[in-house]
Amino acid sequence: MNKRKKKHKKHDWLRDLRENKAALVSVIVLGIIVFFAVFAPLLTTQDPNYTNLRVRLLPPVPFEGSNPEHLLGTDSVGRDVASRLIYGARISLMVGFIAVVISGLIGVALGLITGYFGGWVDDVIMRLADIQLAFPFILLMLAVLAVVGPGLWNVILVLGVTGWVAYSRIVRGCVMSLREKEFVEAARAIGASNQRIIIKHLIPNIIGPVVVIASFSVSRTIIAEASLSFLGLGVDVETATWGKMLSEGRLYISDAWWLTTLPGICLALTVLCINVFGDWLRDVVDPKSVER
Amino acid sequence: MIIGVTIVAFGVNFLAGDPTLVILGGEPRGMTREDIDDFRHEMGFDRPVIVQYLDWLGSAVQGDFGTSYRYRESNTAVIRDRLPNTLKLAGVSLILSLIIAIPLGVLAAIKKGTFWDRFSLVIALIGQSVPSFWLGLMLIMIVAVKFGLVPVSGTGGIEYMILPVITLTSFSIARNMRMVRSSMLEVLGEDYIRTAKSKGLKNSVVLRRHALRNALIPVVTLIGLDMGALLGGTIITETIFAWPGMGWLTLQAIQGKDLPLVQACVTLMATIFVLINLIVDFAYSVLDPRVRLS
Repeated sequence: MNKRKKKHKKHDWLRDLRENKAALVSVIVLGIIVFFAVFAPLLTTQDPNYTNLRVRLLPPVPFEGSNPEHLLGTDSVGRDVASRLIYGARISLMVGFIAVVISGLIGVALGLITGYFGGWVDDVIMRLADIQLAFPFILLMLAVLAVVGPGLWNVILVLGVTGWVAYSRIVRGCVMSLREKEFVEAARAIGASNQRIIIKHLIPNIIGPVVVIASFSVSRTIIAEASLSFLGLGVDVETATWGKMLSEGRLYISDAWWLTTLPGICLALTVLCINVFGDWLRDVVDPKSVER
Repeated sequence: MIIGVTIVAFGVNFLAGDPTLVILGGEPRGMTREDIDDFRHEMGFDRPVIVQYLDWLGSAVQGDFGTSYRYRESNTAVIRDRLPNTLKLAGVSLILSLIIAIPLGVLAAIKKGTFWDRFSLVIALIGQSVPSFWLGLMLIMIVAVKFGLVPVSGTGGIEYMILPVITLTSFSIARNMRMVRSSMLEVLGEDYIRTAKSKGLKNSVVLRRHALRNALIPVVTLIGLDMGALLGGTIITETIFAWPGMGWLTLQAIQGKDLPLVQACVTLMATIFVLINLIVDFAYSVLDPRVRLS
């Protein structure tokens, strides 16, 4: 999402990116991961869920006993690890992006309302935010998922709905200071409605910090989804996800190192790249405004 | 605040609709409508929600969180067995995290732009990006299984704690280090540091007496946040290492749909978190006279 948006931005952003080697590398790696995720059916030769017990627990290619048909080896029921990893990328990215869009929309809307109008609505919503922060995040999600049941959309919804607090707080803070600025006063003086002030004057000014928080939220959401899958309460049983591969591989930790190592590397690499990119984005947008 | 927490914890009961059916696992065969209604009445689920809540809250305040479906024992007793283990794990992690993060963060700030700064930033970035459960698995695989240096899981002496603590603390070390660094950098740019230096004070005195003291104030807030992250993190860490604490207990309760136990665990964890943050807020005003004055 961020990557595509950036390409349309002004030219000096691109030059900035070329100067920051770490950010550039992470954007390229992210691009590759997104490419794999989008074109998963074309890039894999095996169905990620096809089991074949005759080729179970094959190691990755350069190691003894490997099979060139399974470049990254197979798992305990003979499923191809490479295809599962590629399909797993789909789930991780999809959950990450959709959940962040949901929480971003909720969070920004609530932040605008509380920051601009204040009053009792502000009190109630901010108190809600405090309560939500008081709950260990993962505990809340586990409790909710345990009762609504696992499933891709349930996970996305739970992650999306629970992630709004960070946005609201930042947006609220920004709006409260923007509200007092001259240009808002001027807009009000010439008779602009609240709706117009919010859309035309406030939103363009908060977009920067929001995009920065969103980029960090994507990585946090991806980890959260993997943790949930790892604990057995994530996306349903059939789908290949990195977190589930890790929890299945955990049983074979002493004989099949690749089952726990490879999905973890994918996960850590994705998250690392998003974080590096987010750091860079924060420096570009505004070095002081957003604390992590 | 705590009232809000209890409402949410109690609400767990109703997330899936009718708690009676959740416990019985859908509409069980061999049970007539009347049987189900009897059960519902026996559990008290046919009373108005507000009455149920007040009833539950009333006993909870007196330390009675009801009876676990699974352990057939009072929740308070079940939790009392597990809580010390979790507090031990989280406490050691918190202290370790501060012991490591503060010096490294300060070092990175003083030597800004040098190798040390970059080194600590890279460590912080990696620490924040590697999912803790994967780190735990890798540690088990390499340290425990391959080299057999420490036990794979369970509890006992100090050797059982090493891997869980590393797993639990990696993220918070990384985050705290960055916070200490940025807070230290901010303080070092203040006028009073320049004054202290121009008075001719030794560099070490300026750092210790003037910079560090001020830079560590925001770190106190971190302890509160950390505790939340650590308590949440125990769910995963304890599960990986089969550490018999609250986190593992909560996960099992959630998976077993043991609703009273889930409520008890959630309420207790959230209450601990809220109390710690209250203490932190208090400590903050003691440490920083500016907060008290405003």
